[in-house]
Amino acid sequence: MPEKIPEPSAEKLNLLWLQSNGCGGCSMSLLCAESPDLLTSLESAGINLLWHPSLSEASGSELQAVLARILAGELRLDLLCLEGSVITGPQGSGRFHILAGTGRPMMDWIRTLSAVARHVVAVGTCATYGGITAAGGNPSGATGLQYDGADRGGLLGRDFVARDGLPVINIAGCPTHPNWVTETLVQLAIGAFSEQEMDELGRPRSYTNHLVHHGCPRNEYYEYKASAEKPSDLGCLMEHLGCLGTQARADCNTRLWNGDGSCLRGGHACVNCTAPGFEEPGHAFNETPKVAGIPVGLPTDMPKAWFVALASLSKAATPKRLKENAVADHVVVPLRSLT
Amino acid sequence: MSRRIVGPFNRVEGDLEVQLEIRDAVVENAWVVSPLYRGFEQILRGKPPADALVYTPRICGICSVAQSVAAARALADAQGLDMPPNGRLALNLILANENIADHLSHFYLFFMPDFARDIYRDQPWHDDIARRFKAVSGSATRQVLPARAEWLHIMGILAGKWPHSLAIQPGGTTRTIEGQEQARILSIIFAFRRFLEEVLFGDTLDNILALASVAELDAWLERHPLAHSDFARFLHVSRSLELDRLGRASDTFLSYGVYPGEADELFRRGLWRDGARIFDPATISEDLSHSWMTQGSGPAHPYDGATEPDADSPGGYTWCKAPRLDGAVVEVGALARQVVDGHALIRDLATQSGGNVRNRVIARLLEIARVVDAMTPWARALRPREPFCHHGKPPAEAQGCGLTEAARGSLGHWLRIRDGRIHNYQIIAPTTWNFSPRDAGGTPGALEQALVGAPVREGETDPVAVQHIVRSFDPCMVCTVH
Repeated sequence: MPEKIPEPSAEKLNLLWLQSNGCGGCSMSLLCAESPDLLTSLESAGINLLWHPSLSEASGSELQAVLARILAGELRLDLLCLEGSVITGPQGSGRFHILAGTGRPMMDWIRTLSAVARHVVAVGTCATYGGITAAGGNPSGATGLQYDGADRGGLLGRDFVARDGLPVINIAGCPTHPNWVTETLVQLAIGAFSEQEMDELGRPRSYTNHLVHHGCPRNEYYEYKASAEKPSDLGCLMEHLGCLGTQARADCNTRLWNGDGSCLRGGHACVNCTAPGFEEPGHAFNETPKVAGIPVGLPTDMPKAWFVALASLSKAATPKRLKENAVADHVVVPLRSLT
Repeated sequence: MSRRIVGPFNRVEGDLEVQLEIRDAVVENAWVVSPLYRGFEQILRGKPPADALVYTPRICGICSVAQSVAAARALADAQGLDMPPNGRLALNLILANENIADHLSHFYLFFMPDFARDIYRDQPWHDDIARRFKAVSGSATRQVLPARAEWLHIMGILAGKWPHSLAIQPGGTTRTIEGQEQARILSIIFAFRRFLEEVLFGDTLDNILALASVAELDAWLERHPLAHSDFARFLHVSRSLELDRLGRASDTFLSYGVYPGEADELFRRGLWRDGARIFDPATISEDLSHSWMTQGSGPAHPYDGATEPDADSPGGYTWCKAPRLDGAVVEVGALARQVVDGHALIRDLATQSGGNVRNRVIARLLEIARVVDAMTPWARALRPREPFCHHGKPPAEAQGCGLTEAARGSLGHWLRIRDGRIHNYQIIAPTTWNFSPRDAGGTPGALEQALVGAPVREGETDPVAVQHIVRSFDPCMVCTVH
């Protein structure tokens, strides 16, 4: 008689979270999940935390036993999350990260476990594309799970699909917003996530259908090209201070961070941390590269000539209030209603 | 005698392996292995100096702000830049916000769950501790995560986000706040203080801060049973397991000092070994003899340090270098900070029993009270409409050093600029000090010393005493191996 197969809805989904060449910041950010908190979010979708490096009791041989049971087919791996890039160096050996206690390169563990997981999720720009760890000549041989920078491939190869048929899901960001992660995991758990939800770089469209520019509190300064000249000025950071918010794909200014924050609200430029290659902009991060006084990187999908024409028009029309406040660190010309 | 390899450790931020020699159920010798190499010091070479503010916080997701502060200070030192009072106060608040969140995460998420393990099921306190601290399912985690998240709203206001903010600059902060944001920060500090008083201490912060000797702490414990508060829980468990006899290292304590005021720092800089000693940063050196690094001509000061990985380096057993202060092994962290600063209770504890698992944890909890108590006056002293940031540019040729304290101890960045680019960038993280390997003289690092004498219980593969000792340092391995 065949074994009774439990109803999918009654079954818990096992989540395994591994870290390699990362800073742990995506986990630290994830612990900031609110409304509801992380554990409640996971529980709501029937996700069982098989193991997480910051939260679980199991350590050392206990974790090794969990990994062995997964690979022996005794424990189903529904969701495999990797945080941090995969280390392939030196010379492709993976010896820059031998998983402690196992004598085996972490890249081998990741490859083997990815082969048995129902879904593979890369959390953070390191795990997705290599990220900051791939900067400066990439001394550790860092790569993403299914991308090396913007090139599809990475550790698992361009054609990899996990057992349930999806390629690696790339929750890029440095760090990731807690809710980008919790919501994607819940969507996966309830069967509401398909390839349609992924953009051209494998990222959930839930947050990459937006630009960081959307909802930026400096938008009025942007409209009139009233630009900040030094850090802590109130004006738009695009013209001089390296802000990439008009090109960066994320909802940081409509879905805020740590309560009411975002990079722009914190007074500093967006460095486009959800994009492959953000770690090597080719110029100083806090300076906007220009040709003939015009910023090189202009807003996504806007004809350049139009932008330049509109910019000079709006600059001519900039109200005194914006012109003066833009280069001050607090409002020096307050709003007044016309009477 | 048997040899055992223990790992991977979790609840330590990053990957960690410990190799043990065990004789008669006691650890006789230990080697600490950091099995991950990341290469930040190589990445930084040739970059524009200010780019360090983007790269270095990403060394670490848990001490991100501390890394930013060290980088900003190194840059400020290189360009001779000071900061306005608002910048100093805002940076203190941001760093304190992270350090206290880290202390909270350490106690509740990383350290206490080990006492809920089944190995302690026969202890009279086990039922209560397991209900409270069992990893993931314990009642504490559910209570602490929301409190921690709300506490970090101060980051949202003052730094934009956490971790990895660019608000922290050599001349102050980019975020200039208004009066209503100042009001909000004060309310968040008040709410967190209430959480500490109701949940962590079960007593007012004033009463906790007034504990000035071991005798007074013992008397406090006599008045408060196990389930009174999480502080009482820890102290009872600690007494039962004699955690004050576990994990003694070199008893040489270093603190770079942190939270500058108008004149002095809240926690002063210094060195302590059987009394206050002179701390001279020029005597810091890094020894590579047991690291997987290309061997130079002996220990070097970080300004002259090199980072060239060599997985086959003879004698190497870790990616961690071995920092030494005038040749000596030092311990850093909250205990070191409070001993150096001269807090009466912590000095008394350290004088009686040295650096050990219990004293490290008490110092951390006491520090939560001290720092949160200091934050309200800082937030009140902010002056909206006055500058938060001074401005300058790094010169083409310069060097600078940035010293600060992360939650887990002393953090230093040493920067050399040539032709307007980073020529050399060396980082010594807190856990690099604490988890360093042996040096050329064969002297083991602080954790290696602390593990000697740890008991191994019947049938244990990953000795729980070893885990308590390791986690008592609140290690951050991703920083260690930057």
